[in-house]
Amino acid sequence: MTSAPPRETEAVLLQKEDRAGPWRTALSSQTAGPLAALVLAVVIFSATTDSFLNPGNLSLIAQQSVVVGTLALGQTLVILTAGIDLSNGAIMVLASVVIGNLATDGNVFGALLAGLAVCLVLGLLNGVLVSQFSLPPFIVTLGVLSVLTAAARLYTDSQSYPINSEFLTALNGGPTFGGVTITYGVMLWIGLTAILGYALTQTAWGVRVYAVGDNPRAAALTGIKVKRVLLSVYLTAAVVYAFAAWQALGRTPTADPSGYSTANLDSITAVVIGGTSLFGGRGGVVGTLIGALIVTVLANGLTQAGIDSLYQQVATGILVVIAVAVDHFVRTRQTR
Amino acid sequence: MSTDVVLQARGLTKHYGHVVALDNCDFDLRAGEILAVIGDNGAGKSTLIKALTGAVIPDSGEITLKGEPVHFRSALDARRAGIETVYQELGVAPALDITQNLYLGREQRRKGLLGTVFRKLDKAAMRQGSARQMADLGIRVQSIRQKVDTLSGGQRQAVAVARVAAWATSVVIMDEPTAALGVRETNQVLRLIERVRENGLPVVLISHNMPNVWEVADRIHIHRLGRRIALVEPGSTTMEEAVAVMTGAKQPEALA
Repeated sequence: MTSAPPRETEAVLLQKEDRAGPWRTALSSQTAGPLAALVLAVVIFSATTDSFLNPGNLSLIAQQSVVVGTLALGQTLVILTAGIDLSNGAIMVLASVVIGNLATDGNVFGALLAGLAVCLVLGLLNGVLVSQFSLPPFIVTLGVLSVLTAAARLYTDSQSYPINSEFLTALNGGPTFGGVTITYGVMLWIGLTAILGYALTQTAWGVRVYAVGDNPRAAALTGIKVKRVLLSVYLTAAVVYAFAAWQALGRTPTADPSGYSTANLDSITAVVIGGTSLFGGRGGVVGTLIGALIVTVLANGLTQAGIDSLYQQVATGILVVIAVAVDHFVRTRQTR
Repeated sequence: MSTDVVLQARGLTKHYGHVVALDNCDFDLRAGEILAVIGDNGAGKSTLIKALTGAVIPDSGEITLKGEPVHFRSALDARRAGIETVYQELGVAPALDITQNLYLGREQRRKGLLGTVFRKLDKAAMRQGSARQMADLGIRVQSIRQKVDTLSGGQRQAVAVARVAAWATSVVIMDEPTAALGVRETNQVLRLIERVRENGLPVVLISHNMPNVWEVADRIHIHRLGRRIALVEPGSTTMEEAVAVMTGAKQPEALA
């Protein structure tokens, strides 16, 4: 206390805060990195190929991103609580085959609701096992993944259901502006990102989700009902997975029990590249949207450049490691 | 009974099977004082604190808060009555900023539809509140927008103290608040404890650090074998005498 700096007054504390402003919140360091990577990739592919930077191709990139990108939004919520969801792709696939099967009777709206119910029941299962029984999310969702992968094939007898309903494939359509289609699926993806982003950054629920992922003991000491927050996260993620199932039926109008077998890991990749910490408490859905776009841009751009698509996996892998390294640096910078 | 006693306990008893954790224990905390609670490991200090904060329900005995009998059934009951606790382990979320930590679990929503329908937080009001609270307690940070992981250990504990002091309306309890801190940071937290007292809240300080206790406490509750064996003042009792009584080497009657 000998070389004490001048005492900060209330006014000074607030003034410093005001200088930061809302833009800093939106472009916080955790989103700025992924955004810079996305812009860099777009610039490089635009400069090196003729076919990358045209509206049709950019629209295609967005459409190719929606299914994994939507799954990744739910995954983000789970990872923010320091959890992980290996079952999200399998939940989506089971929901889509249930929808495909029930839709053969013609009641497409009821079928879609049944798909939502499937997601909610499985989200509840994951959530109860993780929150009430305090089981590790990795193991819980690995088990659920294994069961559901088999369940989807048993349910369909390993057959696929063709989707003929316009309603169920509606998300693949959308208005066209100057030859470029913005699909409802892309709009829904962006809309879900906006809603979840609002909930995470502007509501008490969001602050509590971050707190539970960051330091569950401290959260509990302040009176936050940690188990209830965890359960709410798994249920909210389940609703998002139901939207992903609807997106998937639009992308490929077939409910295939063996489809999307790597979507769980792809969604984790998008979350991590998007700057969300696997240790919980840091990150957000806007970063995840950017992360999902980065993965698709790499695949698309390398293909346009005539480079073997295996290098896309190499590039994605390198980005994942960089993202984790940056997160490690951020988390340990002050723990000297 | 003197009216300036804020928190009082008489004859608290708690058994765990054959183990007697509290044995007809008394406790008195006056308004405007820092009361230190010292005792050897296993003397039952933490059971006493848990009984006072609702985490443990005593088998028998009475607790009164500002003269009114209270029967806490849970930690939440005690908090509703205005008793807040700072724990040894840093009870902060490092990825959140100072304001979010101060308001954690007690977030304020905007007025009107934005608050009731859209559940929107009133961040401006919370930032003002936390700036006021940090300034009131003289805690030095660059900005209340700083994430807690950019703060030193002493500053982090200061944030935990600031939160508790902001919400406590009758008593602040600090359970080994400096055990994880270095000398300089410990001093910062001790000044903060005095500041909390100056701002009008009585403080119960549980500590193993005798020099710290003698530095800030107004009175010292010596706990041994599940009960208050002596209640002394640091001016009239030396550390050596108190430790001797605390460990059973000396009878409490030997104290002046």
